[in-house]
Amino acid sequence: MAIFLTTDSKVIVQGMTGSEGMKHTQRMLRSGTAVVGGVNPRKAGTEVEFEGGVTVPVFGSVAEAMEATGANVSVVFVPAAFTKAAATEAIDAGIPLCVVITEGVAVKDTAEFYNYAAQQGGTRIIGPNCPGLISPGQSNAGIIPADIAEGGRIGLVSKSGTLTYQMMYELRDFGFSSAVGIGGDPVIGTTHIDCLEAFQNDPDTDAIVMIGEIGGDAEERAAAYIKEHVTKPVVGYVAGFTAPEGKTMGHAGAIVSGSSGTAAAKKEALEAAGVKVGKTPSETAELMRHIMESLSS
Amino acid sequence: MDLFEYQARDMFEKHGVPVLAGAVATTPEEAKEAAERIGTASGGVTVVKAQVKTGGRGKAGGVKVAKSADEAHEHASAILGMDIKGHTVHRVMIAQGAQIAEEYYFSILLDRANRTYLAMCSREGGVEIEQLAVERPEALARVVVDPNVGIDDAKAREIVEAAGFDADTAAKVEPVVKTLWTVYREEDATLVEVNPLVKTEGGDIVALDGKVSLDANADFRHPDHEALEDSSATDPLEAQAKEKGLNYVKLDGSVGIIGNGAGLVMSTLDVVAYAGEEFGGQKPANFLDIGGGASAQVMADGLHVILGDPQVKSVFVNVFGGITACDAVADGIVGALDKLGDEATKPLVVRLDGNNVEEGRRILAERAHPLVTLEETMDGAARRAAELASQN
Repeated sequence: MAIFLTTDSKVIVQGMTGSEGMKHTQRMLRSGTAVVGGVNPRKAGTEVEFEGGVTVPVFGSVAEAMEATGANVSVVFVPAAFTKAAATEAIDAGIPLCVVITEGVAVKDTAEFYNYAAQQGGTRIIGPNCPGLISPGQSNAGIIPADIAEGGRIGLVSKSGTLTYQMMYELRDFGFSSAVGIGGDPVIGTTHIDCLEAFQNDPDTDAIVMIGEIGGDAEERAAAYIKEHVTKPVVGYVAGFTAPEGKTMGHAGAIVSGSSGTAAAKKEALEAAGVKVGKTPSETAELMRHIMESLSS
Repeated sequence: MDLFEYQARDMFEKHGVPVLAGAVATTPEEAKEAAERIGTASGGVTVVKAQVKTGGRGKAGGVKVAKSADEAHEHASAILGMDIKGHTVHRVMIAQGAQIAEEYYFSILLDRANRTYLAMCSREGGVEIEQLAVERPEALARVVVDPNVGIDDAKAREIVEAAGFDADTAAKVEPVVKTLWTVYREEDATLVEVNPLVKTEGGDIVALDGKVSLDANADFRHPDHEALEDSSATDPLEAQAKEKGLNYVKLDGSVGIIGNGAGLVMSTLDVVAYAGEEFGGQKPANFLDIGGGASAQVMADGLHVILGDPQVKSVFVNVFGGITACDAVADGIVGALDKLGDEATKPLVVRLDGNNVEEGRRILAERAHPLVTLEETMDGAARRAAELASQN
């Protein structure tokens, strides 16, 4: 097992024929992912050839691609201005998982397609502005390099892409069940809590690393969730202790979140929930290393 | 991007939100002229308001009532150049005077936790709303707004009812609430706040002060938003970086930072600050995220900006090669140093990991540039960079 993405995942790529789409479809294929189709209405009926003579058919819509291939995951690479339309199409087709890699999506667009997905009830959104997720050795939906770490029993959830890579690298000798980059935008589809819940329920995950950063109160809410529902060991890291203020919302925003959104507040909340929080990525990895060693002994 | 009050006022007016006449002035003379014009509708009375993107202007003496154009001149000379919580006042707004009967509060904002919008409304406006929210939460109505539905007639009614307005006032506030929603939706705002929303003695509802934050990711739909940017507040190094398309924020320390990915760069700032404690409190000098493609050009542009900061004593390049290969980054660093030539004078500590790291390290070792030190780990590199900064 793993979370959200397994050997049963059949992936289609919306925006596959663009330059980013092509590059990352190639990488996903190379890491053994079952990429079964691309979507581009203007190139429907054609095929794209990738290295090793692998060809991937292009469909006119997500619904057609699902019908023809049984796809159950879509990865979105279309430009920001068209992302809402692409995600909406995937939601209408009822695809179970839609991973939105595109960065720079307007908050209003994300708020609209996320709420539409929530109301339709059939599609989990991950992202936008995220590296996607990987279940090493099983499937890779997005842009996380597949060669950093192999399969293992640590679950990882992170707002940041490069910190995901860094943490996978630091703990590569243990490996990961799944690593999910949820993105750091103000509105995201899948949250820390969603991933914590899934890792808690995943028999192949023994311990969880959670990486957060300043802004919002997602980490504080995750801390409250951990206290109530997570029995597996969790190690945390929060980036942005020295980041400048003024990149956050006005005062009205702070009322809603009920928190200042600072790294210190997040660290405190996590520690109060029994989560060990590292000061640096390597210290965090070290904390996890001890946990994994004690679990195996 | 947060707007100045006068920009919010203009935006409100454009969408039909009731506002009072107002004009922006950058000199006392302009303020006097504006007061002559605007004051005629309010018996010569105007209000001179400092335009700064921070709260507490009134308490700091940045808002003053003027009974004549001469008095407006006088107040403007006092307020212009004033420092309010670290913000220098470069502009004042001259606003028409109002006969205020009651003050209310209204805002629409993004509720990150709920992933919807939230409308907040209170009959007790004009005060610090954070304080009201803590002390008397029951006085601040909060109504969830579905992003796909927005504030329609029914939602507007729900909001004013939750706030507890009397029927007469509710009927007048309702259309204003709907118009403010139009501003929020059509301008791609993440915050529209009116405090106070007033009822005048004549019974009209008017937005007396407005705060608007706009979503930069939606700029593609709003070519007019670019003109709202405040270039006077931008640090010259930040302006230079922006011109080159770099994601750079100037800080106060001595260790220049270049990294890839916002999370890793933020983390790098933290690690440098911790390491710096041992070396006389060395701190990061900037945030600079060069993103995925660390080409020689991007690296050279980044180094150029950082080396242009006189506070910088050393530079820490921290790259994890995910998609970017480390050999390309190493080529970028070498290429950048060659491009910069004599301009490169400060020591560079480089930490590379990930994709093609061996080749990347080999390229740097082979070039053996006297300014470059290669470190194996992020923590070790941060220590070295802080140490070098303390010695220079």
